[in-house]
Amino acid sequence: MNHGNGRDVAVLGVGMHPWGKWGRSFVEYGLAAARDALDDAGLAWTDVQYVAGADTIRNGYPGFVAGATFAQALGWSGARVSSCYAACASGAQAMSVARAQILAGLVDVALIVGADAAPKGFFAPVGGDRPDDPDWLRFRLLGATNPVYFALYARRRMALYGATRDDFAAVKVKNARHGRHNPYARYRAEVTAADVAASPVVADPLRLLDICATSDGGAAVVLSSVEYARRRGHDAPVRIGAIATVTPTFPNTALELPDFATDSSLAVDPPERPFRSANAAAAYEEAGLGPEDLSLAEVYDLSTALELDWYEDIGLCKPGEAEELLRDGATALGGRIPVNPSGGLASFGEAIPAQAIAQVCELTWQLRGRAGARQVEGARAGIAVNQGLFGHGSAIIART
Amino acid sequence: MAQPAPEPVVDGWFTVDPPRLTGTRCTACGTVYFPPQTLTCRNPACDGGDLVITPLSSRGRIWSYTDARYRPPPPYVSGEDFEPYAVAAVELPAERIIVLGQVARGVSIEDLAVGMEAELVVEELDPGHLVWKWRPL
Repeated sequence: MNHGNGRDVAVLGVGMHPWGKWGRSFVEYGLAAARDALDDAGLAWTDVQYVAGADTIRNGYPGFVAGATFAQALGWSGARVSSCYAACASGAQAMSVARAQILAGLVDVALIVGADAAPKGFFAPVGGDRPDDPDWLRFRLLGATNPVYFALYARRRMALYGATRDDFAAVKVKNARHGRHNPYARYRAEVTAADVAASPVVADPLRLLDICATSDGGAAVVLSSVEYARRRGHDAPVRIGAIATVTPTFPNTALELPDFATDSSLAVDPPERPFRSANAAAAYEEAGLGPEDLSLAEVYDLSTALELDWYEDIGLCKPGEAEELLRDGATALGGRIPVNPSGGLASFGEAIPAQAIAQVCELTWQLRGRAGARQVEGARAGIAVNQGLFGHGSAIIART
Repeated sequence: MAQPAPEPVVDGWFTVDPPRLTGTRCTACGTVYFPPQTLTCRNPACDGGDLVITPLSSRGRIWSYTDARYRPPPPYVSGEDFEPYAVAAVELPAERIIVLGQVARGVSIEDLAVGMEAELVVEELDPGHLVWKWRPL
């Protein structure tokens, strides 16, 4: 694989705490993941020069200072530290910040950690009376939960491209089949189309098994300069070739969580690239490769239907062709371009600040050829993409 | 004792009579905002004109729709007798904007289709509070 831009960083180590509903502190999950990643990298905690935390807003005050929280748990070492919140893209932004420090030559090696302990049921806005907060308002005025938005996108796909409920179920069946081989996944049982059909409708056309759960979990990555990796004996580490975290372009004509309306395109025509595809395009450009070079993709399947949108957004097929790609088996393990070999959110549930980091853990295991029964044969390059609230999203490309 | 008349659940986002959404329009570039944007025009190519209040079209076409089968968490207000409700995203051609809203009470998703025309109505959201909703035509 060419390392085109000369700006790659090395993935020295990855680690995860299994996803589940463990009912313990997010610090514990992050700590376990961090220790695994450091072991995997062959480093001691005190070797780490920079800690980047992906914040959780669900754990009270410590959650807002995640970098320092994990640094304290590992033992204050005087490392440089940062924390960031970017909804579902928090982990990607934390990796982006750490990568920039490395590429700027300010540090050689960084630890990135994200972890969450999620509440049961629907995600709810931060409490109190908050009429200036759009996330609070959408619940107060509309009762618009996250699945309501996912269902609007799903119905639109049905109307526009002829997607069916069977297609949506087939995404779940595929991802469950992948996830059963992943020891870090929360759900590891096979799921049949009949199981999906028998689960209750949450927001028509989506059923409970079409929608990702909310989970506890933690993930960590150790990044370094390629030179540092070499000095530490990592001769051919997996490399990160791109991390894109661009904003939407005005006017954003996609209905985003938690908004009440799109931007108006009265004065300016919609952008050539909608938000999700803009992040993928920025990452492809940065890494100097394209969708045809990919061996696998990890996409943010908040719902089964959304996975189909992603196929098009990241250029695996043209708009309207995702169902065909799925039905042909191209996106299943053994197919032309396996999507979510980890099992995806369908098998994990979402642990928000950990999820984008977990995607990079999967890319790393796949590109090392160490993904066991879910290994994509001959994996050389992969993309991980993500989208969250408030105009946050990311695309990350890793390669051998 | 007489109940006080129900009030809009949010100030300045819609009028009750006639039922219309209240947006703002940039006097320089013409971009329309809903909810009403009062701080600054968000078009990066616009030097920023005044934002003036403008009522939005009361009719549009259903871009997509769904329903909520389970009680949402607070601050949504619902009693013991939670009633599922439909939600629609309606595209207003004149403003080239898509606006979310609950669908009028008594209308189920069986009555809806993408592309169907819908009009704005104002209904009770919870006791004492009014909100805008979409009703198919």
